[in-house]
Amino acid sequence: MTAVTHDHDAPYQPVFVGERRKELDALFPFYPTKMACILPALWMVQEDRGWISDEGMAEVAEVLELTPAYVKGVVTFYTMYNTHPVGKYLIQVCTTTPCNICGAEDVVGAFLEQTGCGELGITSADGKFTVIEVECLGACGFATPVMINEGFVESVTAARVPEILAGLK
Amino acid sequence: MGYPHPSHARETPVLSQYFGDQDGIGLDGWRKRGGYNGLQKALSMSPAEIVDVVKASGLRGRGGAGFPTGIKWSFMKPGDGKPHYLCCNADESEPGTFKDREIMRWTPHALVEGCAIGAYAIGAETAYIYIRGEFTEPLIRMRQAVREAYDAGIIGKNAMGSGKRIDIVIHKGAGAYICGEETAMMNSIEGRRGNPRIKPPFPAVSGVFAQPTTINNVETLAAVPHIIVRGAEWYKGLSLSSPKSTGSKLFSVCGNIAKPGNYEVTLGFPFKDFLYDLCGGPLPGRTFKAVVPGGISVPIQTMEEAEATKMDYEGFIDQGSMLGSGGVIVFDDQQNMVKQIARAARFFAHESCAQCTQCREGTAWTTKIMERIRDGEGTHEDLDTLFSIADNMTGKTICVLSDSCAVPVVSGINKFRSEFEALIKKPKFHPVTAAVA
Ligand SMILES: Cc1cc2nc3c(=O)[nH]c(=O)nc-3n(C[C@H](O)[C@H](O)[C@H](O)COP(=O)(O)O)c2cc1C
Ligand code: SF4
Ligand code: FES
Repeated sequence: MTAVTHDHDAPYQPVFVGERRKELDALFPFYPTKMACILPALWMVQEDRGWISDEGMAEVAEVLELTPAYVKGVVTFYTMYNTHPVGKYLIQVCTTTPCNICGAEDVVGAFLEQTGCGELGITSADGKFTVIEVECLGACGFATPVMINEGFVESVTAARVPEILAGLK
Repeated sequence: MGYPHPSHARETPVLSQYFGDQDGIGLDGWRKRGGYNGLQKALSMSPAEIVDVVKASGLRGRGGAGFPTGIKWSFMKPGDGKPHYLCCNADESEPGTFKDREIMRWTPHALVEGCAIGAYAIGAETAYIYIRGEFTEPLIRMRQAVREAYDAGIIGKNAMGSGKRIDIVIHKGAGAYICGEETAMMNSIEGRRGNPRIKPPFPAVSGVFAQPTTINNVETLAAVPHIIVRGAEWYKGLSLSSPKSTGSKLFSVCGNIAKPGNYEVTLGFPFKDFLYDLCGGPLPGRTFKAVVPGGISVPIQTMEEAEATKMDYEGFIDQGSMLGSGGVIVFDDQQNMVKQIARAARFFAHESCAQCTQCREGTAWTTKIMERIRDGEGTHEDLDTLFSIADNMTGKTICVLSDSCAVPVVSGINKFRSEFEALIKKPKFHPVTAAVA
């Protein structure tokens, strides 16, 4: 699981230089417009920075010849783009009906308590954890699935939460 | 094989034959299992011949609407001088559904092959596979499979030496149920917000990048190589319900049941045997109460209805529901239906793209009212209000997400009314007695 640290006061360093620039340029031939590369470009920013700042959106706008306002409009439509910094580990628990009937709320409760977050969407004081509820993760037969950053943990019960958290350093 | 359980003797494993088989994931292993024989054969046929075989097989879309695939493909007119596109819908976000995930995890090359055949059949040089952003492992496996297929010359500018260009591009979504709706997906691929578009124009006329486009579900496309290799008659013969519902179908099973997971059965299989025999019946000491058989967007069935159902497109309709995406959600006697329907409504309120008033307001108000009934704050009038909102949400919006939100609420009140009434403690409001008191 990748973890990203961020320093909010440092000047913005562009993402699309060197290898990242090449990676983006390699996508252009597969789409008839540059605009179509907005989702992939935003993913690159988030992978490198952990979240997408206004400066990040402005950079995507520049490389794709769009306006920053347009990019912001797209970013805010999709729930997976973080428009705020999140903890080192972003813990996403599915609580939609199929998982709900298998005890997903207890899983959320256990994460909130044991990470010290206390509340959904709040980052723990040590900056390590953010816990959020999400809608169906497409793994309902493995209730309750939990995403921790890019990683996917299946069949989580409240009882397994201590062991899972112990694995996150 | 089978995953997460070994295939049951009464299953018909076609798509799921290699689920759980680590050796089938890579290209070499896949070739040993007959991989790409379908594409090889398809490339020696004309596109029109392929469309005819798929038409004759009776294959229907596995994404939810059940539209006949061959007919959909025949809307794409060859030689119109325009670029054509194939979009593979791997957004799988319908609560209760997790079959496309397993196809991509275990048999990624089956999907690459299905996409390549589909693209060739509709005259497209580019196929986009739109995979939801949360599917970390399927994304890795699919990207790897596409890379292997390019390196082996199976796809690319001269697919299998046919002289045809077939590019396959993985497009990663970013969290939005609505992007599973086909026109929203096209907007998302174009780099826009994922708002559904008004139809017409239909995608075959003006789809992604305003060009003729076909959209198919993962399971639909993964079935195509089998049909090309073994023929339309074989596919039809798999089913107990031919000719209306043909072939085998993956059902995802979740909720309060002994053995959740994916099961592949011939269409026409008895739902009662499916639930009690294949899936192991209820958890110890419990009994089933209700089933949602095709993803959260289809009507709830009572057990009486479910146990009388034949598992095909017509059979689920006959018993008060729909086959939908094949996501079977089972509720047992420990569940409160009001609480769970309220949670389903919240899902739709969260996922509404909010461009239609009826949907934006309707999903929000439905959730609010359902939650207050759940919390013991509801009134008898609330049930009438829910029906009236549902009526205004149905058949009046750009896409059917709005209708889908009304479905569990209406079927829930109609079939489990006593659970609603048990939570409504307040007496019925009478203006006259209220004024006198
Ligand atoms: C709100 C909404 C969500 C949908 N989500 C999906 C989905 O996740 N996967 C899918 O294959 N089809 C989904 N569909 C159906 C698609 O619009 C489309 O009918 C389907 O992908 C066509 O493929 P098929 O003919 O192979 O089934 C959804 C439809 C709606 C209205
Ligand atoms: S029905 Fe709902 S989700 Fe569909 S287009 Fe209208 S607002 Fe968006
Ligand atoms: S409802 Fe939780 S993964 Fe689908």
